[in-house]
Amino acid sequence: MSTATPDAPSADTAPEKLTKKILTADHPTWCPGCGDFAVLAAFYKVLEKLQYPHEKIVCVAGIGCSSRFPYFVNSHGIHFIHGRALPLATGVSLSRPDVHVFVFGGDGDGFSIGGNHLNHAARKNIKLTYVIMDNNVYGLTKKQTSPTSPQGFKSKTDPTGAIDRPINPMKQLLASGATFIARTHAAQVKHMMEVFERAILHDGFSVVECLSECVMFYAGSFDNSTPRKGGVYDIIDESAHDVTDDTAAFKLADEAAPGKFGVFYQVQRPTKNALEQKWIDAEQARLAGKSPKDVLKNRIAQMR
Amino acid sequence: MSTPPTSTPTSLRNAVIRLAGNSQDGIQSIGGFLARLAGRTQKDVMTYMTIPSTISGGPSIFQLHLGSGEVRSPGDESDVLVAFYQHSYDNHLSALRDGGICIYDPDEVKELKSERGIVHVPVPFTSATIEAIGGSSRDRGKNMFVLGLLCAMYQLDREKLSGIVARQFGKKSEDILRNAMLAFDAGYAYPVGDIGSFNFAEGEHLDENRISTDGNTLMTMGLLCAGVRYGSAYPITPWSPIMELLRTELPKYGGIYVQAEDELAAVAMTIGAAFAGHLAVTGSSGPGLSLKAEALSYASMAELPLIVINVQRGGPSTGLPTSVEQSDLLQAIYGSHGDAPRIVLGPQDVEDCFYIALEAGRLAREYSCPVIILSDQALSSRIEAFTEPDVDKHWVEPPLDITPRPADFKPYPLDQITRHAPPGTKMEGGKYPIVTGLEHDEWGHPSSSPVIHQKMTDKRRRKLEELARALPNPEIYGEAEGDLLIVGWGCTCGPIRETVDRLRSEGHRVSSTQIRHLHPLPAGIGDMFSRFRKVLVVEMNDSGVYGYGQLAMLLRAKLADPRIESFCKTDGLAFRIREVVAAAEKTLASA
Ligand SMILES: Cc1ncc(C[n+]2csc(CCOP(=O)(O)OP(=O)(O)O)c2C)c(N)n1
Ligand code: SF4
Ligand SMILES: [Mg+2]
Repeated sequence: MSTATPDAPSADTAPEKLTKKILTADHPTWCPGCGDFAVLAAFYKVLEKLQYPHEKIVCVAGIGCSSRFPYFVNSHGIHFIHGRALPLATGVSLSRPDVHVFVFGGDGDGFSIGGNHLNHAARKNIKLTYVIMDNNVYGLTKKQTSPTSPQGFKSKTDPTGAIDRPINPMKQLLASGATFIARTHAAQVKHMMEVFERAILHDGFSVVECLSECVMFYAGSFDNSTPRKGGVYDIIDESAHDVTDDTAAFKLADEAAPGKFGVFYQVQRPTKNALEQKWIDAEQARLAGKSPKDVLKNRIAQMR
Repeated sequence: MSTPPTSTPTSLRNAVIRLAGNSQDGIQSIGGFLARLAGRTQKDVMTYMTIPSTISGGPSIFQLHLGSGEVRSPGDESDVLVAFYQHSYDNHLSALRDGGICIYDPDEVKELKSERGIVHVPVPFTSATIEAIGGSSRDRGKNMFVLGLLCAMYQLDREKLSGIVARQFGKKSEDILRNAMLAFDAGYAYPVGDIGSFNFAEGEHLDENRISTDGNTLMTMGLLCAGVRYGSAYPITPWSPIMELLRTELPKYGGIYVQAEDELAAVAMTIGAAFAGHLAVTGSSGPGLSLKAEALSYASMAELPLIVINVQRGGPSTGLPTSVEQSDLLQAIYGSHGDAPRIVLGPQDVEDCFYIALEAGRLAREYSCPVIILSDQALSSRIEAFTEPDVDKHWVEPPLDITPRPADFKPYPLDQITRHAPPGTKMEGGKYPIVTGLEHDEWGHPSSSPVIHQKMTDKRRRKLEELARALPNPEIYGEAEGDLLIVGWGCTCGPIRETVDRLRSEGHRVSSTQIRHLHPLPAGIGDMFSRFRKVLVVEMNDSGVYGYGQLAMLLRAKLADPRIESFCKTDGLAFRIREVVAAAEKTLASA
């Protein structure tokens, strides 16, 4: 369509430049000081750099403080139900190869209620980028234990300190077959942007665990990886770590808290998107230009 | 009936044949071949089968009702029973009518009962098949032998039938085909003695362009014709054949069907495809529909078009996974949190599966909300013959519309039905839309304003009110007034209509209707009911603590009409005509 008139120039003729201003939508409802603000700012910056067509950017989220993300980005977006953002994004990615799919959510949304979906989206190598804003707590529901809360963390559901062993996100993602796995920190803006950009440019399922402090319910959770608070931010030296070596990545992931940051693992493996398309191409080549309507007619005629 | 095969055959209008054996005997394929033949030789057909839910073996039956007029039910009683084993004989002799013919395998069936004038005919399928094919593989080919036997007995078109067999087996290997034909010919030539042969009377003219298939297959064809190109599901009986077929067929249309990790993911992926601008379908059977419930409420709230198929089976829980039941109606209409309006449709026979799928696609898009199709185990697997659908006439192009939207675009306008702008759509005003499950204003901004929640709830409900007004009343079978209107939904159509025929022939003023639009109900349904002295709702679910089945309860709630009565059963078997007749007679006799 797109009939360009002088007073309403179509973007076909004058592609708009994506700026932070254009990408900004509703003012975030997060608590002042919440780590998620920095994640949002870094995302704007990376989009400014990549300059994808505005209408091709899609933000998807489940439920949680962090999952409010799509309201704050002026792009096509969908705010879905708790824990199911990844399968929803899978439906978008597979059925719309022309768009860029970004998924945001929390540690509860991703590793607890949505845990199994993470395994399957990863092994299927769905083309999308997933940022897990890990605050080691349930923020939106006001301080219950999350699957990444360290043992001993006092929450409303663990008044004497968390009893259960937390998951190790990097190990879990390695085991599930994700093809790009990284870890970053909302207080490390430059590193976060670099990691996001690499994740987005990866052709496959890219997932980033981004530590993002919940100042309201778990203040100080990441001080040990925040240099200005006396912590150590230890970035993986990729000249010494082969990112295609999953055993080495597994070893890195085993380091005691706060652990390492950066790209743990990255390999190229065909995406489900590409493999399904290959099947479609083969089927259509066999049909030699027959229209879908004729395909259906022939199929039904076999029932005569 | 003591005519030798060579003399004039007895002319028949109908024949009900029950094949009873084990699931590995291939009796389903005998039935399938005969049903397909019927479709090609101007005969009507309906089949019915039971398959054990265990994987290997177990008793299984296939019943086939062939006729030269319209066939509406698989038949209450059979004329011929083919018993493969002693247990088949013992369990199914009672299904044979008085004076019926029981063909049994004397290699397996040793103890016979002489009762009700039943004619026993021993035919050693096992040893005769081994003799014909050679070798000793005991079970192979028995079914082809029986097919040949029936072909001779009913003077069916041998050439067409062997053509159908050849096409099926030819795909496998020459050896297999040769053995099948050897067994078939041996059965055809087998001298059955003095039971005679039958042929079908010339019937009323049936349409030339007939096909025969089962409900799951035809539903899939309807979805493809409706423009469905994406979706996702998780396997469960008896839904799985639809997803398997979509998975296999969709790549030919440039689409993808995804096997998800569970039903929660399946409905989420399908909603993802719908959000992306496609017409998408998910489906399951009872337990799986329960798992999709949260996301269904989301689709109502976010106003996304979506088709959800539920091939009902016996519940609750894993229940009777391979039996028929209609106990998911309330789950389909109300089974989720919040006030979440959705449309619910029910196909009335196999042919209708095609048109219901088309209608589901149209309504999902027109009203931008989820549409649930309630099929069931009986419709899913039984084979019927009917007029070939006209694909040219019904074809719908897939709907993806990413033309730019003007600056005043609102995703959730209060005065119009929502039409989403999918990803990839340029927004000329520069403001991009968000689809949401939080209560929202017209622009999609989250809002907990009491005024907005009320208005948006009204908006979502109004769509269904509008649809109810637009829907025609369901078709009446029989006259538009009388003493009794029998109301059914789904697969009960055949036995209900046969009940009407029988009672009308006895002088009763009885009609019936099959409700295909289950939610919302057509607005004029009360008028329709008011022309009858009594209304009897017949359905396969429990009458519950208050004594009314699920549809009966809804109709009573809607119409507050005490003349509405309920007849329910939950034995996992399709209605027999005599059961419905008895219930109708009881209602007619009451004040
Ligand atoms: C089905 C369902 N169960 C529970 C909830 C309640 N709930 C909302 S968000 C949330 C956890 C949020 O934690 P997380 O995903 O870590 O996000 P955060 O708020 O910390 O960013 C829970 C339990 C829900 N919305 N839906
Ligand atoms: S509760 Fe915690 S996670 Fe949620 S907005 Fe506030 S600081 Fe951020
Ligand atoms: Mg959290």
